[in-house]
Amino acid sequence: MDLRYTDKQNAFRAEVRAWMQANVPTTALKSYDTAEGFEEHRQWERVLNSGRFGMVTWPEALGGRGADLIEWLIFEEEYYRAGAPGRVNQNGIFLLGPTLMEYGTPEQKARFLPRMAAGDDIWAQGWSEPGAGSDMAAIRTKAILDGDHYVINGQKTWSTRAVFADWCFGLFRTDPESSRHHGMSFILVPLDTPGITRRPIPQLDGEPGFAELFFDDVRVPVENRLGGEGQGWHIAMATAGFERGLMLRSPARFQETARRLVDLYRRNESHVAPGVRDQVLKAWMDAEAYCLNTYMTASRLIAGGKIGQEASLNKIFWSELDRAMHETALSILGARGELMASGIPEAGEIARWLKGFMFSLAGPIYAGANEIQRNIIAERLLQLPR
Amino acid sequence: MNFAFTEDQLLFRDTVRDFLAAECAPAQVREAAAGDGRSPARFDKLVEMGLTGLTVPEAQGGLGLGLVDYVLIAEEAGRAALPELLVDQIGIAVPLLSRFADRPEVASVLEAVATGAAKVAIGHPMDPFVADAAGADWLILGKGDAVHLVPAASVALTAETSVDPLRRIAGVEWLAGNDTVLSDAPGLWDEILDLGAIAMAAQGLGLAQAMVDLAAEYARTRQQFGKPIGSFQAVKHHLATVQVAIEFARAPVYKAAFTQRPRDVSHARIAVIDAAAMAARTAIQVFGAMGYTYEVDLHFFMKRAWALAGVWGDRHYHLDRMARMVLSDDAAIGADATFADN
Ligand SMILES: Cc1cc2nc3c(=O)[nH]c(=O)nc-3n(C[C@H](O)[C@H](O)[C@H](O)COP(=O)(O)OP(=O)(O)OC[C@H]3O[C@@H](n4cnc5c(N)ncnc54)[C@H](O)[C@@H]3O)c2cc1C
Repeated sequence: MDLRYTDKQNAFRAEVRAWMQANVPTTALKSYDTAEGFEEHRQWERVLNSGRFGMVTWPEALGGRGADLIEWLIFEEEYYRAGAPGRVNQNGIFLLGPTLMEYGTPEQKARFLPRMAAGDDIWAQGWSEPGAGSDMAAIRTKAILDGDHYVINGQKTWSTRAVFADWCFGLFRTDPESSRHHGMSFILVPLDTPGITRRPIPQLDGEPGFAELFFDDVRVPVENRLGGEGQGWHIAMATAGFERGLMLRSPARFQETARRLVDLYRRNESHVAPGVRDQVLKAWMDAEAYCLNTYMTASRLIAGGKIGQEASLNKIFWSELDRAMHETALSILGARGELMASGIPEAGEIARWLKGFMFSLAGPIYAGANEIQRNIIAERLLQLPR
Repeated sequence: MNFAFTEDQLLFRDTVRDFLAAECAPAQVREAAAGDGRSPARFDKLVEMGLTGLTVPEAQGGLGLGLVDYVLIAEEAGRAALPELLVDQIGIAVPLLSRFADRPEVASVLEAVATGAAKVAIGHPMDPFVADAAGADWLILGKGDAVHLVPAASVALTAETSVDPLRRIAGVEWLAGNDTVLSDAPGLWDEILDLGAIAMAAQGLGLAQAMVDLAAEYARTRQQFGKPIGSFQAVKHHLATVQVAIEFARAPVYKAAFTQRPRDVSHARIAVIDAAAMAARTAIQVFGAMGYTYEVDLHFFMKRAWALAGVWGDRHYHLDRMARMVLSDDAAIGADATFADN
């Protein structure tokens, strides 16, 4: 154990910091759940890529820097510290990217990863269906082989940013006779393929952050299948592991929220109720604990370990931490905490807490609802009977 | 940057775990509780394994290992609810004494500790009682800033009864003399408090996991409504929630062992106090009335956890300290600050 950065790691941090200082937009971009904001964020992805910061862990040939996971964490720390924009392509770079790296053919990697790093292809996820939420094995959308194409029919829903995205990846039933976990394949679908209809669904904040996707005889070439036919469930579980276990929510995000919370507390200390102090401290400690835990995971993966069921512990922890931090912030703001827009000086800050609070309520639902994660922990880690 | 234990450290941990599973199984803990609480035979084996000398410098016959090596061992001692005084000695007393190992009288105490010939107890002036004072040959005690190393012959003990039937605590009366002063450096007791808090946190981690494991084992076998109670989702979710709390207390404890910095130590201490308290109240719920008996082993672990939660700075002490270090205007708390000063 050595909890000190190497000179090389410190130099990398300095490089990222300087680059961020020079490049992070000084005025906030519009929400990426709007058409205009989406393109602004795509543009930012291009800027990132021009600095070779699109996805630092990828090999250089694929648009990355060959950085290890510790350097990735350092990158993320500097990213959040600089207040850089949200990653509109997070489903691509953090979830599909690692999955492609593990299961993709060399052709698939070369075809998809550089464009992903460059922001040329923005990705959406297509797992959920009206009848398949927590119970993902109930997926019914079919992809039936016809020559060298799959023909897709059915419906996906809750697909984040799919209103504006270029591609979606997801699970489709390639064996129509199959049921549950069998007979599904992992397929990559261009969202401009004829036969796809996208219906925007406004989220809690009113913006069209979700899309419902309707597939009507949509033809997708066989080479868009990731992994073998019928292997879809297995691959999807790997993607879910990256999502819950490491990449989707890097610790810096929550440490930055905790820092803002401490800052808010300091400015309001004279008039907050006594118990609030301990909630703020707990938030700070938990964000710190999440960071430490992630460094342990990263060290283990670098040494050749794999992400396992403990990903479920992670997912519960960060999502409940995020919600608690935002609840605490709103309790500090008191009666001002309902202001979505106002002329008072703190208006922007208050609206940010409010929007963050609303989004934090989704954390325990997406990426596998926390109840399901608790089932997984109980059954697989603690070996309780099903 | 590498936040991982070495193969050797993990191997040694496993050896100690296996040893304690054989020599300090719950039935043996129960036996000790029925007797005078201590097993000289087991203590001899701990000495044989090198555990009493784990942190003693090599020059004094020890293994000369550091807190990162020891923290896993302390965790195992907690997991087994080890009755013998080991953790306070190798995690608090010895690291302190080792700083003064250049003094012959201290060096000889360290040598005797490593061979098992002598035992040292230590009590923070903030805490009213000293653990295992009665079995100790030497006591480390405080008056003001000064840290004293006092021979057992010079103290008068008043034994007290802990909720934990295996803990042996006593009030200590003694007269400070110039000849007993180890150091009067200001702030030394604060550093010792950090060692104590790390020792309590590491044991608490093991205790909490032991309670979850006991409850999970029971939930797999106890049948109601025709099935194991562990198949009921309420029971599953209770235990899963504790497991999350334990898992996210773990890395803070290991970091505290590495840095020994007050902010890290208080974090570890608070996280473990909370996780262990949650483990205790959840485990007893899962056991039902069985858990409310002296007959089921759970209570040994619960009671140890309760007792350890109050000493070497309780939750409020550490929260107040944390508040001064995190909420002050000049505190470094951003996403890049976590490992910055190591
Ligand atoms: C912000 C957000 C973004 C999302 N983005 C995407 C996306 O990009 N692509 C995509 O495919 N999906 C996405 N989702 C959908 C998400 O994956 C699902 O919401 C999630 O899997 C839960 O499914 P559901 O909403 O149908 O809830 P349900 O499965 O109907 O569950 C409702 C409640 O019942 C509980 N429940 C269900 N089954 C059990 C059980 N066995 N035991 C105990 N409790 C149970 C759940 O925990 C939950 O509390 C997103 C969701 C949100 C909120």
